[in-house]
Amino acid sequence: MDIKSMKNYLYWLYCQFELITCSYLMEPWEKLLFYTFNITMLVTVLYTAYVFVPVHVSTAFQFFLHLLGNQHESTVSVVK
Amino acid sequence: MANPSAVCNGHLHHHHHQKQNNLLKSGIYKKNGITKGLKKNGISNGTLYKKKFVEHFEQAPMYVAVFTFLGFGVGTVFGYLRDFMRAWGLEKRNVAAEREQQKDFVPLYQDFENFYTRNLYMRIRDNWNRPICSVPGPQFDLMERVTDDYNWTFRFTGRIIKNVINMGSYNYLGFAETDVNALKTVTVELQKYGTGICSTRQEMGTLDKHVELEKLVATFLGVEDAMVFGMGFATNSMNIPALVGKGCLILSDELNHTSLVLGARLSGATIRIFKHNNMQSLEKLLRDAIIYGQPRSRRAWRKIIILVEGIYSMEGSIVRLPEIVSLKKKYKAYLYLDEAHSIGAVGATGRGVVEYFGMSPDDVDVLMGTFTKSFGAAGGYIAGKKDLVDFLRTHSHSAVYATSMCPPVAEQIIRAMKCLMGLDGTTQGLQRVRQLGKNTRYFRRRLHEMGFIIYGNDDSPVVPLLLYMPGKIGAFARRMLEKNIGVVVVGFPATPITESRARFCVSAAHTREMLDTVLNALDELGDFLHLKYSRYSKSSHPELYEETRLELED
Repeated sequence: MDIKSMKNYLYWLYCQFELITCSYLMEPWEKLLFYTFNITMLVTVLYTAYVFVPVHVSTAFQFFLHLLGNQHESTVSVVK
Repeated sequence: MANPSAVCNGHLHHHHHQKQNNLLKSGIYKKNGITKGLKKNGISNGTLYKKKFVEHFEQAPMYVAVFTFLGFGVGTVFGYLRDFMRAWGLEKRNVAAEREQQKDFVPLYQDFENFYTRNLYMRIRDNWNRPICSVPGPQFDLMERVTDDYNWTFRFTGRIIKNVINMGSYNYLGFAETDVNALKTVTVELQKYGTGICSTRQEMGTLDKHVELEKLVATFLGVEDAMVFGMGFATNSMNIPALVGKGCLILSDELNHTSLVLGARLSGATIRIFKHNNMQSLEKLLRDAIIYGQPRSRRAWRKIIILVEGIYSMEGSIVRLPEIVSLKKKYKAYLYLDEAHSIGAVGATGRGVVEYFGMSPDDVDVLMGTFTKSFGAAGGYIAGKKDLVDFLRTHSHSAVYATSMCPPVAEQIIRAMKCLMGLDGTTQGLQRVRQLGKNTRYFRRRLHEMGFIIYGNDDSPVVPLLLYMPGKIGAFARRMLEKNIGVVVVGFPATPITESRARFCVSAAHTREMLDTVLNALDELGDFLHLKYSRYSKSSHPELYEETRLELED
């Protein structure tokens, strides 16, 4: 029952996507072209995210830690 | 003045108790015989409108506009792709194209309208121009047609889809009927006169039927005289050039019908547009016209005429007639009112917007209307003072050159009008008008409650339901036809590009069951297509309330 309603919901979402992007009106070969293009772009974006985002996040984290770390030391010296 | 038990607006006892309670509760006392404090009148005397004028033009949430543009963007990209393929011979060309010899000339089919027609309209073309094969009453029969090559060509399968509920015909009072009793007089006239006139009004085409019809129209509207023409569109486009010419000024509403625009352009007068139903815009244009006069010579305009419609068929809005009449009297302009959709459909006895606002027909200089919508016939009329109509009889292009109305059609209008006025001895006409009002209010109320965005005035039988996205236009019309309901959807050239809509025309011939079927189908479809964009839906449990509840304003 839960699977069925989940499947219906996913089908409804797919229909919404079709209507919004006008792929409901396209001929089958146009739909194939459009979906291939979209899925390729999506896969590329996800792959780029997978490869580069951890590196960027850790660099940014190190940068902020460095900044905060310096400031912390300087405040300690002033207070003393 | 000081007597609290006097009759105020006819509400004697209620007012008396109310006022006494007010005085006692709030402690306001009489001073010198004059009561200070709240005076409870029904409607204050200073306003022009005798009843509430409620119009809705709700804007959809922002994401809807974003998705609409996204849809059009994808459609445009694929349009360019298809055009490229057609130009390079990768795809068979079904479109109109120039010949080889004309390739170096100015291109004929490169503008946006042709691009749109080729690439976007063709994909959903099966929802328009559907041939029907019965009378367009509350239900009709449709010829089934299929396409093998994505709407470039159609073929009929030979099957007929029966009893499709008709939500698209302008059949407001239900006079499009085939009942033999109702059409008795029409049959008699058909056998007496035949169908052809074979002449124009000025030559040998004026029959006694036309004279009878014109007298009846004048009596119906409460004016001195009227003239009828064979075609409603031609009434506008051929008579406005007779009334105005060079040196005159036409102030026309933004959303006027093509017939009015064509007539205005043919006349050669200067045309200025004011924003739809916006009285500040109109007043500013009037003031500028009177202060600055004609463009180069600064002379006064020979005539200033305001062109408006009673009900605008794409928006469902009703014209603000009291304000326009007061403006026209103040600045000494003329008013031309096109009551194509409102004659027979609004007003307590079906006499149009003039009666709806409680005004006198003398306030409007030229009353124009058509018989196509509420009377189940074809043709148009122009009514007003006798001098005006006599002038038109000699100077109008339509009177001089166009064939006059054929006698059976004239008889149909006569019998419909007599029915409306009650001259045939029954109250059927009044019942039809009341039924239309009830159907309109019910339909609009239920649609508001469901959460759709509906444009227009609460009393107008034209109900536009906004769809916005181009993909949904096709899906909506096709799915409604699968459920056996025929609707009219409207897209780009007739409406702004982002506001495509489905337009319903409520009829007095629709029964409550038919409206309920349509409303249930709309409910289902609205959930499936996600069309319920309104942020002001009235209630989530409409079944708990009866018809007679008071409706609170938003």
